[in-house]
Amino acid sequence: MSLLPFCEWLAITDWSIALHESLYLYPVIETTHVLALLLFVGSVTFVDLRLLGWVFPEVPVSEVTSRILPWTAAGFLVIAVTGALLFYAIPVRTYLSIFFRFKMLVLAGAGINAGLFHLTVSRGGPSWDRDPKPPLRARLTGAVSMISWALVIVMGRMIAYNWFDCDSQPQSDFVNWAAGCVLGP
Amino acid sequence: MTLYDVFDRLELTALGQLISDSIWLFPVVEAGHLIGLGLLGGSILVVDLRLLGLGLTARSPAYLLMATRPWFVAALLVMFGTGVPLFVSEAVKCYWSYAFWVKMGALVLALGFTFGVRNRIVNSQPELEPWLMRVLGVSSIALWLTVAAAGRWIGFS
Repeated sequence: MSLLPFCEWLAITDWSIALHESLYLYPVIETTHVLALLLFVGSVTFVDLRLLGWVFPEVPVSEVTSRILPWTAAGFLVIAVTGALLFYAIPVRTYLSIFFRFKMLVLAGAGINAGLFHLTVSRGGPSWDRDPKPPLRARLTGAVSMISWALVIVMGRMIAYNWFDCDSQPQSDFVNWAAGCVLGP
Repeated sequence: MTLYDVFDRLELTALGQLISDSIWLFPVVEAGHLIGLGLLGGSILVVDLRLLGLGLTARSPAYLLMATRPWFVAALLVMFGTGVPLFVSEAVKCYWSYAFWVKMGALVLALGFTFGVRNRIVNSQPELEPWLMRVLGVSSIALWLTVAAAGRWIGFS
């Protein structure tokens, strides 16, 4: 199933065109996306650092998560809404961007990592809640999270570059496959 | 030699040429700059949220300042280590960029405020007036957000 027809339809909606052609609105949304990174990645990083035992060793993990993660959620809301608007402004090219696709993949992985942490690792939390250095599974969660968000940032930045765009052929078979390029006859 | 000449020469240095001659070096260094931004944002916010009566409220601002300090310094090193090469590679463009000068002005203010005012006051007094904490937190967030926003805006010019 390809979402390409849907993206092509998105691209011809009035608001998508208006956003794409706007002089200030698009840069303002993009800047908001970057500023939300401060809140979102910034806050989640300190939860990850605590899980790794690298910051606030005196503070229980549950205190850090309960007091900091709401800010991560708020940051995520802003970054997801602005991100969706950025996609909406340039749907087809973004959908066919290998960087965007990899970013979404890593994003999903980071989400699963966070979900697993709340469902399994942190359930047994109380026993190691006050440990300056949490057990290996918790430390792994923190490390995977940090690496994932760093990758998401790198891939997100790279979407702006057209090295692997479908309309700048020839590309390798892998790029054409991964980016979902529709090649002419 | 005018300031413009200095910027012009910076761009012609080996470092400046290395980055501007490469198609991927600038984006990669820029991505590193953004990762540093995340760490910087977190280490500033943990303290500023606390000054606003939010976040880790069971801990003192002085404790949070001490605990986040190594990460704040590390983030600053990453930002300078990536930001200076980015600047050098397009120094002439920066010279003509309004956003660049806004960012530099805000950066000087933010650094001066953080080390000279906020951290000094937080460390010097065991009990801070709530209004003073709020002023410190809001000022710090406003200054650093200006730095970040103006920084992003360099790319639009």
